[in-house]
Amino acid sequence: MAFIQDNLPVLLVMTPLLGGLVSVVLGTLFGSKRDLAWGWALVVAWATLYLVIETLLAVTAAPSGTVNYNMGSWPGPWGIEYVVDHLNAFVLLVVAGIGAVTTLYARHSIASEIPSDRLHVFYGVWLMAIAGLLGITVTGDTFNVYVLLEISSLTSYALIGMGKHRDRRALVAALRYLIIGTIGASFILLGIGYLLMLTGTLNMADMHDGLVALEDYETNKTVLVAFAFLLTGLSIKMALFPLHMWLPGAYTHAPSAVSALLASTATKVGVYMAFRFMYTIFGREYSFDVLPGQKVLLFCAALAVIIPNMTAIRQTNVKRLLAFSSLGQIGYMVMGFALANEAGMTGAIVHLFNHAAMKGGMFLAVGSVIYRVGRAHVGDFTGLGKRMPWTMAAFSIGGFGLVGFPLTAGFISKWYLLKGCVQAGYWPLVIVVLVGSLFAVMYFWKLFEQIWFTEAPKGAPEVKEAPPTMLVATWMLILTSLYFGIHAGFTTEMAGTAARFLLEGTQ
Amino acid sequence: MSPFLMSVSGQYNYWIYIVLMMIGFYGVIANRNLIKQALGLGLFATGLFLFYISMGVIEGGTAPDWWLINHSEEKFSGPYDNPLTHVLILTAIVVSVSTMAVALALIVCIKREYGTIEEDEIRAIEDAEHPGEGLV
Repeated sequence: MAFIQDNLPVLLVMTPLLGGLVSVVLGTLFGSKRDLAWGWALVVAWATLYLVIETLLAVTAAPSGTVNYNMGSWPGPWGIEYVVDHLNAFVLLVVAGIGAVTTLYARHSIASEIPSDRLHVFYGVWLMAIAGLLGITVTGDTFNVYVLLEISSLTSYALIGMGKHRDRRALVAALRYLIIGTIGASFILLGIGYLLMLTGTLNMADMHDGLVALEDYETNKTVLVAFAFLLTGLSIKMALFPLHMWLPGAYTHAPSAVSALLASTATKVGVYMAFRFMYTIFGREYSFDVLPGQKVLLFCAALAVIIPNMTAIRQTNVKRLLAFSSLGQIGYMVMGFALANEAGMTGAIVHLFNHAAMKGGMFLAVGSVIYRVGRAHVGDFTGLGKRMPWTMAAFSIGGFGLVGFPLTAGFISKWYLLKGCVQAGYWPLVIVVLVGSLFAVMYFWKLFEQIWFTEAPKGAPEVKEAPPTMLVATWMLILTSLYFGIHAGFTTEMAGTAARFLLEGTQ
Repeated sequence: MSPFLMSVSGQYNYWIYIVLMMIGFYGVIANRNLIKQALGLGLFATGLFLFYISMGVIEGGTAPDWWLINHSEEKFSGPYDNPLTHVLILTAIVVSVSTMAVALALIVCIKREYGTIEEDEIRAIEDAEHPGEGLV
């Protein structure tokens, strides 16, 4: 056990990474069996969640609030250093938690969407995607960020493309994501390159010291170029408003479990990364006071809250509707981080967690509809409340959370966000947040009415409730969002500590 | 010589990287053929490699090779190129090759499903099949 305790930060990346390889080997040795592939993935995903929880406990127990790990005992900045503080421990919990729950869900859903002889490969790639996302979050080395980002991206392209067995448009969506995503990743690598030229190091903390030591830090053109490349590249990765066009198609046509996994984790890791670069490497003063980073981000975030939420109203495909709604939620998170005060950042970090639970649960519920009905257009939801009561109840609670109804988790995050806007004196943003919620009411009410208050048309196909594993997984996420809507103590405390840490550590 | 030409001749390696990247970028944007888009992406990445590699090179420098330093007849003593950037690019090349492999695999699947790799034709097929929904 001491071995596990001493090597937690690296084990939580290596477990799913090697687990993914083993999955492919198992498939080659024993032939393709659905429950072998799924069972192995389930064990690995829950073991990863256990390691993440242990890491979280270690971080909370550590007096300095951080856990540092030197890869191969080479101390940073020469070796690769993994650094876990409150912020990334929280993001790790989101990624590993969603990974574990969606793996539980995947059993029936994926078996109906992927040919049975490819299941081992699918779960192998699936685990590697989780490993990549965890790796980006845990590492304290910028080049490591790029490599793990590419691991998570390449696996996402493959996972989305596997949606071709249900809808061939998945292939076009995956290729478009690949092209835009690779350009984004190249921009990130360019930005890292310019910072390497200036500071001669790749370690984040060391890079910050090197930048601050520059005599002309605030006017240096190279720093400016690096900042611009990094901000653009990361905005593509997190699908911030004008750079979001790859996301709706990719999430609509991917297999249901993949949509749920990526929608709740991939873009959030992008948001986390962008603010890690801005606060930890460039420093808050440079990003927000010297450069107009705050105004640019708040402007994009405000547009992201309004325009995609408005587009969501007229969508007829429910998965596409949820994808557009996710773009709006990214706007809330970026807004909170860019406010750069404690309340706003707490709101953003809490929303990262709450939105993952709510939107993950809703994507899983839609996946159950696709599993039973065959597709998920708004018309297919007519009178579904009587035929799939549990799935639809979960979907509706998630929807109330998106709107920000009191007693749901969405209310807590919006409350902090509004508090942050008021404290920073940005009154127009208060209106933007409220208008965004109004649009959420509009697109959600349209579905709510179809589900509960409309009779199913005569001759509608008989539809049974979703299988138990799918129901349990959906409700796990929805109950999490309900629980943390009522007892918000744990999440807001974690998020508050993380926000203070980011703000104080950079002043 | 004007300052602009001085910068072009003095830092030609960086100019080449920018030109190469922009040619690749133009290839991605301007072509409707999926294979040509993927090739543009490859060129884009190659420009990036050149940037990293030339960043670590010193004029008259050589590789900091243990054998060269201790056992060669010339007993070479510095200056040495920075090996870090070269090693990084070794990793980036692997990543780029994998990306190209995934892109080409997706294009092969698209060709099988749609019978074409021209984006306009795929769009026309999808518009006929799912009117009003857009391509992706």
